[in-house]
Amino acid sequence: MRYMGKGRIDMTGTAREKKDYSATKNACKLCSPLGAALVFKGVRGAVPLLHGSQGCSTYIRRYLISHFKEPMDIACSNFAEETAIFGGGANLKVALENIRKQYAPAVIGVATTCLSETIGDDVPMFLREYREMFPDEDLPPVVHVSTPSYQGTHMQGFHGAVLATVTALAQGAPAERAQHINLFPGMVSPEDLRHLKEIVTDMGLSAMVLPDYSRTLDGGLWTEYQRIPSGGTGVEEIRRSGTAAASLELGRILAGEKQTAATFLETAFGVPCHRLGLPIGIRETDRLFEALTAATGRPMPEKYTEERGRLADALVDGHKIVNLKRAVLYGEEDLVAGLAAFLSEIGIIPVLCASGGKSGRLKKAVADLFPDAEEKGIRVMENADFVDIEAAARELAPDLLIGHSKGYTMSRRIQVPLVRIGFPIHDRVGGSRLLHLGYRGALALFDRIANTLIERQQDASTVGYTYM
Amino acid sequence: MAESSAKTTTDIPILKERESQIYQKGKAPFRMTCGKHSLAGSVSQRACVFCGSRVVLYPIADALHLIHGPIGCAAYTWDIRGALSSGPELHRLSFSTDLQEKDVIFGGEKKLYHALVALIETHQPKAAFVYSTCIVGIIGDDVAAVCKQVEKKVGIPVLPVHSEGFKGTKKDGYKAACNALFHLVGQGDVSDVSPYSINILGEFNIGGEAWIIRDYYQRMGVEVVSTMTGDGRVDDVRRSHGAALNVVQCSGAMTTLAEMMQEKYGIPYIRVSYFGIEDQSKALYDVAAHFSDRPEIMERTRRIVRDEVQRITPELRKIRQALEGKRAAIYVGGAFKAFSLIKALRYLGMDVVLAGSQTGNEADYEMLRDMCDDGTIILDDANPLELSKYILEKKADLFIGGVKERPIAYKMGIGFCDHNHERKIPLAGYSGMLNFAREVYGTVSSPVWQFAPGRKEAGPGAGG
Repeated sequence: MRYMGKGRIDMTGTAREKKDYSATKNACKLCSPLGAALVFKGVRGAVPLLHGSQGCSTYIRRYLISHFKEPMDIACSNFAEETAIFGGGANLKVALENIRKQYAPAVIGVATTCLSETIGDDVPMFLREYREMFPDEDLPPVVHVSTPSYQGTHMQGFHGAVLATVTALAQGAPAERAQHINLFPGMVSPEDLRHLKEIVTDMGLSAMVLPDYSRTLDGGLWTEYQRIPSGGTGVEEIRRSGTAAASLELGRILAGEKQTAATFLETAFGVPCHRLGLPIGIRETDRLFEALTAATGRPMPEKYTEERGRLADALVDGHKIVNLKRAVLYGEEDLVAGLAAFLSEIGIIPVLCASGGKSGRLKKAVADLFPDAEEKGIRVMENADFVDIEAAARELAPDLLIGHSKGYTMSRRIQVPLVRIGFPIHDRVGGSRLLHLGYRGALALFDRIANTLIERQQDASTVGYTYM
Repeated sequence: MAESSAKTTTDIPILKERESQIYQKGKAPFRMTCGKHSLAGSVSQRACVFCGSRVVLYPIADALHLIHGPIGCAAYTWDIRGALSSGPELHRLSFSTDLQEKDVIFGGEKKLYHALVALIETHQPKAAFVYSTCIVGIIGDDVAAVCKQVEKKVGIPVLPVHSEGFKGTKKDGYKAACNALFHLVGQGDVSDVSPYSINILGEFNIGGEAWIIRDYYQRMGVEVVSTMTGDGRVDDVRRSHGAALNVVQCSGAMTTLAEMMQEKYGIPYIRVSYFGIEDQSKALYDVAAHFSDRPEIMERTRRIVRDEVQRITPELRKIRQALEGKRAAIYVGGAFKAFSLIKALRYLGMDVVLAGSQTGNEADYEMLRDMCDDGTIILDDANPLELSKYILEKKADLFIGGVKERPIAYKMGIGFCDHNHERKIPLAGYSGMLNFAREVYGTVSSPVWQFAPGRKEAGPGAGG
């Protein structure tokens, strides 16, 4: 089969404007309700509820299950024809009631879909009416986020849900600043979440990490069926986020967003907001520790000094394997930017940085990391799909692809190895356990990247060396 | 729950509105409430109308499949099925009009038109299917009109599939797909089609199953005009009206098309299943019986069945020894598959303690009741909590289902067999039965269950 690229890739590296009327082929993005559902899975005792068609929750559940390999109960208000005509109010209320009966949730997270948004459902009003139906009952809080699938990608849904959760639940008196901090990690793996929490704890801090699906979506076997898996950020913790000493929000692309959970807390409650990159690689992780040191007055613990040392040592040991190699990166913009930061430290040139997102900020984020991006021939593509990416990759003939599972067919066709990171990992086990963050994450990534290059060289050799 | 209620060992509540869709087989008769829209807030394992259409048409490998709507519906169905093609692989690509906010406001017809024309120009398909998703009608797009316009311009069939997600259940999606397919039927030349010929309907070539089945029929001396839609080709569909008989698998995904072909072209149809020795053999014998004026077809069929069964029996016997008395739960899309699985599991010496489906009808559930042993739980349109409750209460050793059922089984330390469209190995046919037995044995016999706290009784090697 012939894959036709559009041949309209911008050589100067600006965001490519997709022609208004062309199809998206093999999308490098997902729809916004998926991101929102994932966030609600990271809130303790929460049940996500999609306000739309049955397929929305089922498809999203399948997609998430295939990555996380965990039960993924996501409810749906399940529109029928008459619902679309008369509005989704009645269905939403029935759904809330049935969830309450079956799951006894601590929180219900309602995310809309293209359908309920297009017919103009007034969800806040429905929620008020629902509360009024039970004046004497202690109903769980309901968080509502607007996630029309025709706006943005799953990342807008993700960050939107974090913001909506904090907006709905946070309380605080501007005068009192407690010792804890808020940490908004972005869409990272359960292993990443565990590592971030470990770092914060080792710095002597307690943190409200939102979302935290490190246990809810990566837990042990059960003795009895758990209607809602244990773990997640507690409602009480989220309530206290307004009194935190500071908020740390990770993601260089997110940092360009006008309103996020962290900026909201700053405006509403005066919680100082620190916006950092995803801590992938040495410098970005250094910055995270600097921010934590600033918040606590404590230096980086010895354990991490050692980890940093081992990482630097490994980078030196393996530098010749990776330096000047060329890689194609794709995926969520923040992950691409974070990874590009790490590659800039080890000499791998990200000749293509591509994302299905279109914040308009990826190019600058990459340019900040690579002031000589143009000389190096680094291209940045926003609003890209896999046909675009593959066409560019063919032309660029990189040594390596770095991204999620959906790039596998491209890797196979153009015969360039793929290092799997991020989400989704649908064709390998262990997607939840991939570590990207911190010195430890960078070391794990470095080993995988270097070993992939070594393996390629070894396999290509006619000699069959047993040491490389 | 109606009938003698199952002994409750879990505290998982069942919603009142769901009670008439859950039964325990006992002496009293019951009438399953089914075929209705899923209850809001119940985490149904079902998908939507779009999904029904998409699964039926997906394997047509030389057609363009364009999904008109926001990106999700296309992204989540990109290359998710193991439906193989022996030639073109256009079906494995995902195309979406990726509607944006401005399209929702101003309409998506222009975008649809241009996207379609460009895609057809690039990929040169034999036909194009355009799937409507939820919001398409609501924003006022006339998809049928755009399809007609494009058809005129490009000269290939461009078929609208009316699959708005909320307009019914998955079954309505099957119908919408059959309606689209029916537009192709009758367009091809059938002058060289044998009077001893069939169409295979409702077989999607997961892991190459259609090839296995087709091979049996061909060895019987029966021509297979088209397989719908496994390893499907537009031109085959176009001449499918030349076949003498439609052989329909699967609970209803393509019965609508068979009925339409019967009415318009007078082609009779029979229902079959290719799972398990018993049903697979019946599927061959029933076709042979249809061509009774050619006794040699039946002769060959007997030989094929004998040879194939002989080939797999020794290993099946060994596996059966290990599985004897183990308990299985089944929750699948169509009830017809459940019937076959019950028989196949019995052949392997296992007891079925739960059987359910997403889309069964009243007759299907009567059939299930007749087939099942006393005490078996029978469910329609179940949710994860119900499934968990009963697999625990019934102490299942094995769960057969799809992606969404898998983690439920695993969390509780119960073996699992994928019997959905995502799997990569063929489970149909005689060789498929052997694969199925190996798969079941492979999961049930794993030593890992000894580490599952919920399965204390599963000691080392408990699976045998």
